[in-house]
Amino acid sequence: MNIYVCIKQVPDTETKIKLSPDSTGIDTTGIKWIVSPYDEFAIEEALRLKEKNAGSLVTVIAAGPARVVEALRTALAMGADNAIHVEIAETADNFFTAKSLAAALKKEAKVDIVYFGKEAIDDGAGQTAQLTAALMDLPCVTVALNVEYSADKIKAKREVEGGAFEMIEATLPVVIAAQKGMNEPRYASLPNIMKAKKKEVKAYKESDLGVSSADQKIKLKNFQLPPPKQPGKKVEGDAATAAKALVQLLHTEAKVI
Amino acid sequence: MSKIFVVVEHRDGKLKKVSFELLGLASQGGNEAYAILLGEGVTGLAGELAHYGAKKVFVSDSPTFKYYSAEAYSKAVVQIATQNGAEVILTGHTPTGKDFMPHVAAKLNVGLASDCTQISISGTTVTARRPVYAGKATAEVEFLGSGVRLATVRANSIGIPKPDTSKTAETSAVTIDIGQLKTKVLEVVRGAVGRPDVTEAAIVISGGRSLKSAENFKILEDCADVLGAGVGASRAAVDAGFRPHRDQVGQTGKTVSPALYIACGISGAIQHLAGMRTSKTIVAINTDPQAPIFQVADYGIVGDLFAVVPELMKEFKNLKEH
Repeated sequence: MNIYVCIKQVPDTETKIKLSPDSTGIDTTGIKWIVSPYDEFAIEEALRLKEKNAGSLVTVIAAGPARVVEALRTALAMGADNAIHVEIAETADNFFTAKSLAAALKKEAKVDIVYFGKEAIDDGAGQTAQLTAALMDLPCVTVALNVEYSADKIKAKREVEGGAFEMIEATLPVVIAAQKGMNEPRYASLPNIMKAKKKEVKAYKESDLGVSSADQKIKLKNFQLPPPKQPGKKVEGDAATAAKALVQLLHTEAKVI
Repeated sequence: MSKIFVVVEHRDGKLKKVSFELLGLASQGGNEAYAILLGEGVTGLAGELAHYGAKKVFVSDSPTFKYYSAEAYSKAVVQIATQNGAEVILTGHTPTGKDFMPHVAAKLNVGLASDCTQISISGTTVTARRPVYAGKATAEVEFLGSGVRLATVRANSIGIPKPDTSKTAETSAVTIDIGQLKTKVLEVVRGAVGRPDVTEAAIVISGGRSLKSAENFKILEDCADVLGAGVGASRAAVDAGFRPHRDQVGQTGKTVSPALYIACGISGAIQHLAGMRTSKTIVAINTDPQAPIFQVADYGIVGDLFAVVPELMKEFKNLKEH
């Protein structure tokens, strides 16, 4: 099978976000970059599918500036066979990114399954998997927890809300966006990390893919940090006293109950 | 004046509150609000949509929409919006809305502002702000170029307008040219829990690792049920196996902004704060007075949650009964 995983490099979850001086984005100085956590489930799922189907190949694709090659190497170290870097600007929106990814995928001889994480933890938009699928006219299953594979279709358990699930069937080729809990992502071994450093990463420029910044549909601007909170009230007393006082405050002062 | 289409949502025969919020927004400022209602046996819901501002309701009441699917929904929304000159399309940033709206965006070749927490519409100009880095910052969304404006809006961001039961709306039954579908929903497995999802609940009570076990979450559940609240958890509690991931609040879980968020035994790691700091009122209960959660809390109780939460539940009950 020809298995693809689209991944995104994002700031580590522990990052304290600071804005750039002109507020057009964030200050990336000193940020530790990681593979977006949901993408790790996507990579793992791809590797497991490959291991069950002899002769399969897993190719990882990341769009963005030069630094994202590092994320591709992480995926190669986990066991991916090939990597493609789609060189587009850091400010690319979901649409531009999806169009670029779709164009890169269309250059491949055959695509059976494309995995994504259900969202990236930086912009948290959760659009790129569906956009890429729609632009390639492929079916798409998001927030997938469990996937059963057969020759020409998949059956996926999709998390909806309030603890409910959908069982959804889709024809191949298909785009699947992984939810946490799909599997337990493996760690790369040291020898594999070393090997991954030497692997070739294919690169596409915008002109190779027939995309340009004109494909950008939205722009994020005027970034703000949340306003600092006024120090809250400490509600004193033993459990019963404090609870009583708190409920009064919530009722009469905050008026939320 | 803009023609604003709201894709409304319903569950178990009841319309979702976020749909009312959006109809309220869409019918303000001289704009015209249109509702798109998809489902099986849902035509009866149209009247209530009028009370919240819908001028006209486009209904496709068909077995095709017995179950939600992104493929069928996006086809329907694109058809209805295109045939009727929609200038703005809104829906809730719910598990459903965030799933199908990107398909609509791709089909219409336009941009989508996801998960907006502030939105205003003046003429055909849509101004929105959304959290980034799970709320560690926010950014304004600018739409480039022309075309239909698309946005998904987080529940509880706007507020529900007062319904006007004297209002009525014209209903237009629409047949969707659905074509061949590549996906098929085989079944929907209902969750056992009757509690609201943390992203939609007006009140959320969350627990951290200090709960010590999955069983101990019962004290939060009991308290939540008095208030009709959702039950959330920190990453530490989820990683410890106390709660399923769907309850996780934070950067690698869900981002919530309820009217009231009660954090019990949660220290307040940066990735948790990111997911809940936009809540209108925050209460923290923690034994450690230095816990970072107190820096974002409006009200704090330094104490043991196992002693405080049962007392709180008693007081909530008292309040409800009087």
